[in-house]
Amino acid sequence: MTIIIHGLAASTCTSRVVATLIEKEVVDYVIEPVDLVSGAHKKPEYLALQPFGVIPVIQDGDLTLFESRAIARYICDKYANQGTALYGSSLTDRAKVEQWLEVESQNFHLPIGTAVFELVFKGYRGLTTDDSVVEANLSKLSSVLDIYEVHLSKNKYLAGDFFSLADLSHLPYLHYLIHVAKKGDVVTSKKHVNAWWEDISSRPSWKKVLELMAGN
Amino acid sequence: MGGIKVIGIPMSTCTQRVLVVLIEKGAEYVVEPLDMMKGAHKQPEHLAIQPFGQIPVIEDGKFKLFESRAIVRYVAEKYEGQGPSLYGKTLHEKALVEQWLAVEIEEFNAPITAAVVQLVLGPKFKGIPADEAIVSASLEKLEKVLDVYEAQLAKNKFLAGNFLSIADLVHLPFLFLLVGVAKRGEVVTSRKHVHEWYETLSSLPSWKKVLALAA
Repeated sequence: MTIIIHGLAASTCTSRVVATLIEKEVVDYVIEPVDLVSGAHKKPEYLALQPFGVIPVIQDGDLTLFESRAIARYICDKYANQGTALYGSSLTDRAKVEQWLEVESQNFHLPIGTAVFELVFKGYRGLTTDDSVVEANLSKLSSVLDIYEVHLSKNKYLAGDFFSLADLSHLPYLHYLIHVAKKGDVVTSKKHVNAWWEDISSRPSWKKVLELMAGN
Repeated sequence: MGGIKVIGIPMSTCTQRVLVVLIEKGAEYVVEPLDMMKGAHKQPEHLAIQPFGQIPVIEDGKFKLFESRAIVRYVAEKYEGQGPSLYGKTLHEKALVEQWLAVEIEEFNAPITAAVVQLVLGPKFKGIPADEAIVSASLEKLEKVLDVYEAQLAKNKFLAGNFLSIADLVHLPFLFLLVGVAKRGEVVTSRKHVHEWYETLSSLPSWKKVLALAA
């Protein structure tokens, strides 16, 4: 049964889902674009699927599921026996992945999400970047990444010696900060964080996501 | 085996999140308090196990884990065979639990934290009076989120379906601070199904036990 993703290939949260599907070697999915410009995501038909009016939402048979990190976790569980072991191979591996997914969704996401919104998404809506907000959030992000730097000097990946959903979840916003906003110094100036970023963004799954983004 | 050691304080919301799940699952645990007022959470000994300088951290034998929402998932998985199934019973149910866990972080957490910091934590710990403009703005945002919860809870007794899950429980500590401590819970009590859901959660024996530990 084809998984339907209502979203946009170029969107940060949709790309998190797509990258997970590719890592898990799932091919039977389709992206049904949501026309954000015309406000499709705020119309009743969309709100019936995703009541907060944000993308993406998936339909997999009789399951409707939203929140990209929840969708990614679901894909990892549904396709546990194929593709990359994005949750590791034990209960404690999985717990470490969850720990760093939580760090990503809070400590990391708040400053980088705010910075990327100011630098990139405001521009799409014809609004002006607030440089002081960018500065403050890049500074917070840098402090968080200082902690990552120490951790990644001792561990190849966040949850240990295996690439996991926790690493993958960082890709979309790192991509937007470094390659779209061109403000990635806080990342690339840190030796181990940069090496980790280079490694995870060179994976075939992420290259495929970038192709889909470019096609958008 | 001694059970799980919880490094934190029962008065803290994130420690409470972990405790309520441990108690629901009937898991053996012990609390090792950390002197936050003396800044113990920023000392090297604590930073070695939680580099962001936060609480709680658990130690399960040699295994250490931080982030309260990661810990509750670990407890729910590890003790799957005992107590209520806080992750649902099927792949679909588990996915919906994850969905509402994500909603708690993405939509619910920021506005309720902002309100509670103003109404309870600022006054209590820093002697700073509440800024009512921030309270108003935060509660307005929270109301929009709770409108979605109201629609969801009209269909099911709990967020992920007709079963209690960790998705419901993670909401308890901040809801209690807003409704039970700050006494500013109109945004909850004015919504019929959200109110019923809150009453159910806050009446759980496990939650009452957490409050007793926090006292």
